[in-house]
Amino acid sequence: MTIALSRRAFIQASLSAAGGLAISAFAPEFAGATSINGEPWSPGTGKAPDEVNTFVVVDPDNSITLRVAKSEMGQGVLTSMAMILAEELECDFAKVKVEYASAHRNLVDGNVYQSMGTGGSRSVRGSRVFLQQAGASARARLIAAAAARWGVEPAACVASGGVVRDSASGRSATFGEVAADAAKVTLAAEPAIKTPGEFKLIGREVKRIDTTLKATGKARFGIDTRLPNMAFAAVANCPVFGGKLKSYDFAAISKRRGIIAAVPVTNGVAVVADNFWRAKEALKAMPVDWDFGPAASTDSAEFAAEYRAALDGPLADGGGHGDSDAAFAKPAKVVEALYEVPYLAHAPMEPLNATAHWQPDRIDVWMGTQAPDWALDRAANAGGVERKSVFVHNCFLGGGFGRRAVNDELTQAVEVSKALKRPIKLIWTREQDIRADRYRPQAALRMRAALREDGAPAGFDFTTAVGSITRSLGWGKVENGVERQAVEGLSNCPYRADALKVGVNLKNTHVPVMFWRSVGSSQNAFAVESFIDECAHAARRDPVEYRRALLEGRPDFLAVLDALADKGDWGKPLPKGVGRGVAIHEAFGTIVGEIAEVAVTKGGEVKVQRVVACVDCGHLVNPLTAAMQIESAVLYGLTAALFGEITIARGRVVEGNFDTYPIARMADAPVIETHFVLSGGDKWGGLGEPGTPPIAPAIANAVFAVTGKRIRSLPLKNASLGV
Amino acid sequence: MINLLVNGRTIALDVEPEMPLLWALRDELGMVGTKFGCGAGLCGACTVIIDGEATRSCITPVSDAAGKTILTIEGLGEKALHAVQKAWIEADAPQCGYCQSGQIMAAVALLKHNPHPSDADIDAEMSNICRCGTYPRMRAAVHRAAELAKI
Repeated sequence: MTIALSRRAFIQASLSAAGGLAISAFAPEFAGATSINGEPWSPGTGKAPDEVNTFVVVDPDNSITLRVAKSEMGQGVLTSMAMILAEELECDFAKVKVEYASAHRNLVDGNVYQSMGTGGSRSVRGSRVFLQQAGASARARLIAAAAARWGVEPAACVASGGVVRDSASGRSATFGEVAADAAKVTLAAEPAIKTPGEFKLIGREVKRIDTTLKATGKARFGIDTRLPNMAFAAVANCPVFGGKLKSYDFAAISKRRGIIAAVPVTNGVAVVADNFWRAKEALKAMPVDWDFGPAASTDSAEFAAEYRAALDGPLADGGGHGDSDAAFAKPAKVVEALYEVPYLAHAPMEPLNATAHWQPDRIDVWMGTQAPDWALDRAANAGGVERKSVFVHNCFLGGGFGRRAVNDELTQAVEVSKALKRPIKLIWTREQDIRADRYRPQAALRMRAALREDGAPAGFDFTTAVGSITRSLGWGKVENGVERQAVEGLSNCPYRADALKVGVNLKNTHVPVMFWRSVGSSQNAFAVESFIDECAHAARRDPVEYRRALLEGRPDFLAVLDALADKGDWGKPLPKGVGRGVAIHEAFGTIVGEIAEVAVTKGGEVKVQRVVACVDCGHLVNPLTAAMQIESAVLYGLTAALFGEITIARGRVVEGNFDTYPIARMADAPVIETHFVLSGGDKWGGLGEPGTPPIAPAIANAVFAVTGKRIRSLPLKNASLGV
Repeated sequence: MINLLVNGRTIALDVEPEMPLLWALRDELGMVGTKFGCGAGLCGACTVIIDGEATRSCITPVSDAAGKTILTIEGLGEKALHAVQKAWIEADAPQCGYCQSGQIMAAVALLKHNPHPSDADIDAEMSNICRCGTYPRMRAAVHRAAELAKI
């Protein structure tokens, strides 16, 4: 029987029907390496004949395919999710193949993969238990099938390394030999899953399965999709958010080489050609008239003034404890500071793009999306096709950072494909990517503390004025005036005080806002951790000692802080012009402390030389990808702290490319040392985002240590630090 | 017609002379390992090697590349992994991977004219953007590639 071969043929046939895609050969497999197809999507149809359960396929040739229902955007999720399955399955991890689970299968087969969205540092936290269960269940079925064949009790058999063995008789069978029988096994009860003490693979440093593909140019991103008869679309989104397309003059460009059509789309107009360069150049030359709408006179200075004014209310109750009025009644000292942050773009390296093939009875989509299940809904709505007739072929994501959770580009691709009745690859130029983003909100925060004689805070009073992500996405009205994103890091401030009061004024402009790596913590940690430094300074205390005193009731924070002070050489001498800053923050279930060593030149140039991070996420699946995530999160936050700023003039985004929206480069990158301080127990914290929030305040606090100048507004490039 | 010498093969292309090499490679030749990042020569995702020099193909007209020797990521590891690719894999450099073709081509060109670069050399020469922040691992990978090339 050649199920393995027929399964591949099946993939090919299915995709051919979808759009005639000739599936390319499997990427070169390097000896002993876990492999993944350069094109990691699954066929997106029904149950494979040889699957033991929806996550595990064992072929008679003993090859094992593990399905991952999360998106690979650099965080190593294809490796870590597969490791969790393999831990329980008891197979040889070096021999498994990994592919994406199908959003279509999830839809038509009763949500078998559960949430397919990737975000909120949630992949391991949200999937570990059911992935362990799926792996354990597959193992139990394989054992049961072998035991039945041998006429012995399953309890007498064990599985390891992809082989079932009956210890009494010495008989053995590979998983492949019993796979077909195992697929028919019904278990009386699901097996118990392993506890951390029993893990053999989880917690071990394992090489990522996608590295070779990415070092050879063979990993296929959405933007690399090629289909027969496919045309290329460039799009102009309305420069002012909320504006509308009035008219465009296609005749002015229609004679240019390769130009096929201009098509109005949601929020703009697309030009279609036989080559993307021809499409984008023609679009530049096409006269387009917009109705910019009422927001076309707004600018960032006006917004900043409005956010500052919004701190005076009306305020919703964002949480807290104790009697704030009493705490502030007779303070020895009041410390008060205003912090401000700008809008930020995500700017993933792969500009947003989607390839859609609309047909009257089905739509196929190729793209990198953080939410293939939402992409499926979006394509169905945009194309007027039933949801169960949409197939999303998720690709590698060239960065996500939150942006690829809401796929505006997909709507447009489906609209153009439907209009022209052919496959369309629609790409946003970098300028479109930066100017039509959904941004990290602009915000103003007023931080107040009432200090006692000994310098310890009697009360904190934090007020934030910030855009609502929920309202901006149209996900709800937020009638009580508070959303979690606005107060994360504020209402759960770990520092001891008799009272904590958090006031919130959710205030949106016409600029759309959304999830940006670490979301509300990105601005709230900057405010809280800078402000605690200000309190320490007012109390004439060392920043680490001051924090330690206020964290007495939080042994989890103290363990991280103490490790950090040690590993980060806190208090040890540094050359003149170099200083250390510390920050510690809990987000997505993980505590991260960071110490930044920062040099400030006489001319005021800031160079972050070294960052030490200590992390408590409870447990680790893969220490390698975990450390990589902390490095990545530090650099993502470092870019924002030093350079990140989206400004609005005449209602539109001023910045457009990497000259005006700079990103940290090699020369800006510090040495980064990551240490895990794992508390274990029931704690499984996230890792994609929690490394980002502490870096901005750690850098700002280091700048204060060097210069005595307090950074209360980001980015640092706007601060005047020269002497 | 414009003749391009890509990865050792001569290819005749009927395109506008001003079409950037990037789009000739990606959309005309289907060689999609070279990436589009900015279209303005700012990020280096499109880096290829032309006559030994790291070149940003998104601002290089095909007419400028005609008659020259063009090496892309597809050609680099064609027969066996290049020392830089081996070092990249050893150092676990890639995350999302999108910029990595360009980064690797930039590193290959750097090592060609400076076989033992210092950290400062790497900072100066490797100016491609990586949004995932793989810089520390890429820096280690460049040093490792220099060692591997010696062997």
